[in-house]
Amino acid sequence: MNIILLSIIVLGVVGLLAGVILYFIAEKFKVYEDPKIDEVEEALPAANCGGCGYPGCRNFAESCVKADDLGTLFCPVGGNETMKKVAEILGKTVEDKDPLIAVVKCNGNPNVRKKTTSYDGAATCAMETALYGGHTDCQYGCLGHGDCVDACSFDAIKMNAQTGLPEVNQDTCTGCNACVDACPKNIIELRPKGKKDRRIFVSCINQDRGGTAKKACEAACIGCKACVNVCKFDAIVVENFLAYIDPNKCKLCRACVTVCPTNAIWEVNFPPRKIKTDEPKKTQPKKNALENQTKKEEEAPIDLKNIIKNDNKKDNEIK
Amino acid sequence: MITKKITRLNNKTRESLNKTLNELYNTQNMLKTFPKGGVHPPENKLSADKRIETLEIPKQVTIPLHQNLGAPSKVLVKKKDKVKVGQIIAEAGGFVSSNIHASVSGTVLKIDEITDTTGYKKMAVVINVEGDEWEESIDRSEAIVSEIKLTPEEIVKKTAEMGIVGLGGATFPTQVKLSIPKGQSCEFLIINGVECEPYLTSDHRLMLEHGKELIIGTQILMKALNVNKAYIGIENNKPDAIEYLTELVSNTNNTIEIVALKVQYPQGGEKQLIKAITGREVPSGGLPIHVGVVVQNVGTTYAVYEAVQKNKPLFERIVTVTGKSLSSTGNYKVRIGTSVDLLIEKAGGLPSDSGKVINGGPMMGKALKITDVPVTKGTSGILILKNDEAKRERIMPCIKCSKCISVCPQGLEPYFLMNLADKKMWEDAEKQHNMDCIECGSCSYICPSARPLLDYIRYGKQNVGALIRSRMKR
Repeated sequence: MNIILLSIIVLGVVGLLAGVILYFIAEKFKVYEDPKIDEVEEALPAANCGGCGYPGCRNFAESCVKADDLGTLFCPVGGNETMKKVAEILGKTVEDKDPLIAVVKCNGNPNVRKKTTSYDGAATCAMETALYGGHTDCQYGCLGHGDCVDACSFDAIKMNAQTGLPEVNQDTCTGCNACVDACPKNIIELRPKGKKDRRIFVSCINQDRGGTAKKACEAACIGCKACVNVCKFDAIVVENFLAYIDPNKCKLCRACVTVCPTNAIWEVNFPPRKIKTDEPKKTQPKKNALENQTKKEEEAPIDLKNIIKNDNKKDNEIK
Repeated sequence: MITKKITRLNNKTRESLNKTLNELYNTQNMLKTFPKGGVHPPENKLSADKRIETLEIPKQVTIPLHQNLGAPSKVLVKKKDKVKVGQIIAEAGGFVSSNIHASVSGTVLKIDEITDTTGYKKMAVVINVEGDEWEESIDRSEAIVSEIKLTPEEIVKKTAEMGIVGLGGATFPTQVKLSIPKGQSCEFLIINGVECEPYLTSDHRLMLEHGKELIIGTQILMKALNVNKAYIGIENNKPDAIEYLTELVSNTNNTIEIVALKVQYPQGGEKQLIKAITGREVPSGGLPIHVGVVVQNVGTTYAVYEAVQKNKPLFERIVTVTGKSLSSTGNYKVRIGTSVDLLIEKAGGLPSDSGKVINGGPMMGKALKITDVPVTKGTSGILILKNDEAKRERIMPCIKCSKCISVCPQGLEPYFLMNLADKKMWEDAEKQHNMDCIECGSCSYICPSARPLLDYIRYGKQNVGALIRSRMKR
């Protein structure tokens, strides 16, 4: 009994002494930190995604406190609301920015882009790119191993089992740039969300000549300039046999969408158009990517392909 | 199976057989080799007894403008230009680069992008063949010229002029290897006749059929490097070549020595060969010249002979076409730019059960995406694998058996390099010396879990290389 009591007393006294000493040392070597950093960090979404260009939310908060002007700093996850809060805390002003969203610029599903070789190496896009041009004849197109899916911290990008292409969920995508960096083919681009979430973009990055591109993929941009001619706002440029729509100039008139011979230009979130009877081929409403996606998600009860793939992936994961 | 047979034999024969087996084992163990790692895949040298045949000139050739390690060459011809065999069509685009010559005579059809072996686009000169008219300066006679007239400087210049690159597969420009940097000196020349890749036999056939030229080529290289000693390393599975060349070098006053080497992959790796023959070890990140050695492949040596003595540029090379399912395997002398399709046709066409067509050998070669690609200076063989041979096994988790470490001839830790590449930890991969990997593929070959170790390490090397280059720019 005595031994136990003694031990408690000795340890307690040693602990108390150490505590006191440590307190004084901590006071002596205290590093002053602006309390605003903590406040700003509190206001941030704490996703630590790196979308702002800093390693984490705290680093971003530090630079916000240090910066004279918040113009160059932006948290893509929190968006304008968060930045307003940050500005309020710091007593600075901030301008509204257009929210961005990731856009997948490949629509080569297996029906239009035939598989010409089979790849049985490590199942990541980066590896396949390092080895060869990919399992289809299009050296630019999506490889479908889902490096972008793995990179997303917000579960906003998913592989569609039918098309074998990634699809972005516009409600959860924060425009953090992680998938853009992860894609070795540079297929994903961050574009403004657009008015009423409507946007038009060329869903292809094939820079081959029209003939070659069409041979490899029926849905490829062939650089025919039909869209350029029809655009009234000079928003479209064709370079290296590839059209690009400038989102800042585009007025969302959808004229280019109907003239594209390969259906490479996509419109998202537009209401269906009135169908003219004389020209059924061209006026057929374009598939609305987002609608399709949400539908497919509801429809497909069990995604066998994905499950198998995920299982394989788990096996492949390095322990 | 051998032991089974032995038990059936009577005691006396058994004893003598055991003796010969022991002897064989002992000689194999006494032979020189590199000290660490290595594997012994089935040799499968199917075309070893097939004489080198000259392939007929195709109707059209496609000559890529980037056939060497280093910078691509700059094109010198225009569309519709007439060219002769051996005419220069592209000049070196830098110090580490090489000239490219027309392999046929005819008209330049176009200079355009073509799909290369990997499926990516590359610039190439397409020539429509008309006749077979050679440049007058090329000596086309069969006679062997043994007198070396050129000075060492002229020899180096000649190899550059004639577009000679390392024909072992790496296509490193030969003149760069021959121009020794200041402050360093070369003691030995090693001629690499190992051909440790399974299936390939082009070097083996070259040694047998052009042995004399090879010895003269070696002497030319010795003169260029100013060395008194050369070794020709040959793996012990080519006893006929060892015997023939030993006979040929008997009158060279022991300046050229034939070294029989243990059959072990990758014996033909530059660093492994140097270690096996001289006992010297090339330091990490260093070159053979840092230990006073220059290594040249036998194909390159033969090309040097032709360039220096016959004034013939490098526009054709020997390619092995092989595979278990092919109706006829063979070794062909092929003009650069000939379509691989033609070669396969010559070998009896692509069998229906083909799984992969590989450019090179089974260990280091790369699968072709399409077969309509040109033969380049680096094409040492075309290997056709059956479906069941070609298929990779299912990738399983690493069981930490460390077999990859024990077979790595460079003393690296492949499983670790793979993990680092997977996690994209390039700085750490650099610290673990992943740039020292010679990409021999022994680790992937031995892995019981069929993990794609080499694929990841190659991916890592690409990224670490980019990292180092970006650091140098800064």
